[in-house]
Amino acid sequence: MPIHPGTARIHSVSLRTAQQRRAIPGFGLTLGITLSYLSLIVLIPLAGVYFKAAGLGWDGLLHTLSSARVLASLKLSFGAALIAAIFNAVFGLLVAWVFVRYRFPGKRLFDAFIDLPFALPTAVAGIALTALYAGNGWIGRYLEPLGIQIAYHPLGVVVAMTFIGLPFVVRTVEPVLAEAEKELEEAAATLGAGRWITITRVILPSVWPALLTGFALAFARAVGEYGSIIFIAGNIPMVSEITPLLIIIKLEEFDYAGATAIAAAMLTLSFLLLLAINLFQAWVRRKR
Amino acid sequence: MSENLDHSLQDPPQLPSEFGTGPLVRKNSAITEPAWVRWLLIALALAFLSLFLLLPLLSVFTEALRDGWGTYLSALREPDAMAAIRLTLIAALIAVPLNLVFGVAAAWCIAKFEFRGKQLLISLIDLPFSVSPVVAGLVYVLIFGAQGWAGPWFAAHDIKVIFAVPGIALATVFVTFPFIARELIPLMQEQGTDDEQAALTLGAGGFRTFWSVTLPNIKWGLLYGVLLCNARAFGEFGAVSVVSGHIRGQTNTLPLHIEILYNEYAFAAAFAVASLLAGLALVTLALKTFLEWRYADQLAAAHRR
Repeated sequence: MPIHPGTARIHSVSLRTAQQRRAIPGFGLTLGITLSYLSLIVLIPLAGVYFKAAGLGWDGLLHTLSSARVLASLKLSFGAALIAAIFNAVFGLLVAWVFVRYRFPGKRLFDAFIDLPFALPTAVAGIALTALYAGNGWIGRYLEPLGIQIAYHPLGVVVAMTFIGLPFVVRTVEPVLAEAEKELEEAAATLGAGRWITITRVILPSVWPALLTGFALAFARAVGEYGSIIFIAGNIPMVSEITPLLIIIKLEEFDYAGATAIAAAMLTLSFLLLLAINLFQAWVRRKR
Repeated sequence: MSENLDHSLQDPPQLPSEFGTGPLVRKNSAITEPAWVRWLLIALALAFLSLFLLLPLLSVFTEALRDGWGTYLSALREPDAMAAIRLTLIAALIAVPLNLVFGVAAAWCIAKFEFRGKQLLISLIDLPFSVSPVVAGLVYVLIFGAQGWAGPWFAAHDIKVIFAVPGIALATVFVTFPFIARELIPLMQEQGTDDEQAALTLGAGGFRTFWSVTLPNIKWGLLYGVLLCNARAFGEFGAVSVVSGHIRGQTNTLPLHIEILYNEYAFAAAFAVASLLAGLALVTLALKTFLEWRYADQLAAAHRR
């Protein structure tokens, strides 16, 4: 508890805790607001999904989830998210390294743009990426003669997921790289390590927890992403149809049970992922 | 940002390290890479950023103006577009203040007091970030929809939630829920309770303490959170798409209006509306960068970076 030494001295020892607990007002009010609002907006509605899913029974759930179309969409959503997150981990680390370690013209401008995927609405990103990668687009027109199709193809899903996940790795790795002690690198160099050895043996080990966290955040975001993907994916059933889209299709067919079953599965997977990230971070903190 | 930690600042200021030619710069060569490696990495990183970030942004504005300013302006003046702008503003005007009050309340009880389960509470506040926007929309359909638990009651009282403004506002509130709280919590934790203790000792009431001591301390962090919250509120697509029903001129927000235009092959119009949101994103980024640069010491986000 943050105790100011000055105020603590004024009170007698026996009264100290009681007085300080009372010192700052508003605990009941603010905690009350927080808990009610959190429950009303987030917790109760999310619990509703599980409540509804439970009503379907195991057989009902499995029946929906084991259909070929749902399985294909899960495979695409998680597979593409994995590829995009790996891609972002590699390039995110590179970008973080360059922005922390080097100076070059236009650095501040580029740095501001790294957060663009957070600020740009996903629908805007979706149509912009589609325009770029379609056969007549600025990028697509050079790829098409090579036989590479990105728009209206599973690869388009990967491109959109890469776009929206990009800031996560950069912004998680940057502070760790900035804090890394130069003395350690100097020591390694003094002891005769070449630059490559120093990077792989000294710098990377201190960065990889942050890198893995950023990777997991980008992955989690990509799995649930909808807006930017549906424009570029083409949404061909069994080929380029992502799981969130399938939820919407079920809803439009008034198949609430099917939509709920898929949503419950996705929610559970993202909770598990979130739990894994938290446990991992706690483990890293303890190790230090 | 990190520039004060940049080792190149140890070099003479006239000689940035990437121009690694001066003799003084060589002193540090043990902990940096050869110039050609540095330039190669910089070029790779910037090429990646340009390809994945700048090009899409540029294409929004180019496509928007493809058919000239006339088409551009008429796409924005169209009644359905105006209705979409109005609805988007309403949703943001509901979501941002609600999450602002919640964010301040949550940060106050988490930062100023110790209690059991605090870490769990912080994780729960972050929860909406890890839920797919589509699932966020679905949860409200399950509650307020025609087949939902509360649906019949609301229908009997002639209140429309789903496929109407309340549902859109609710979905927006859900997806923008954590933004302000997660900016304020670390900031207020860092500031501690000293200032408030002093004000209270001098006889200020609880509200007065908050208004004239805490609020001035957190105002830039608060603005930062509002900025991010607002950007997301304007741009939310997935969650709003599920609850909106896509009724033109009535329940279409700007992002949904873009989708409809795009699916009708009205590409120039779709990109014209999109350029409005892209412009807002640019303003958000500019203000955000300004706050990070000018008030870095008063932002939690800047400390984390």
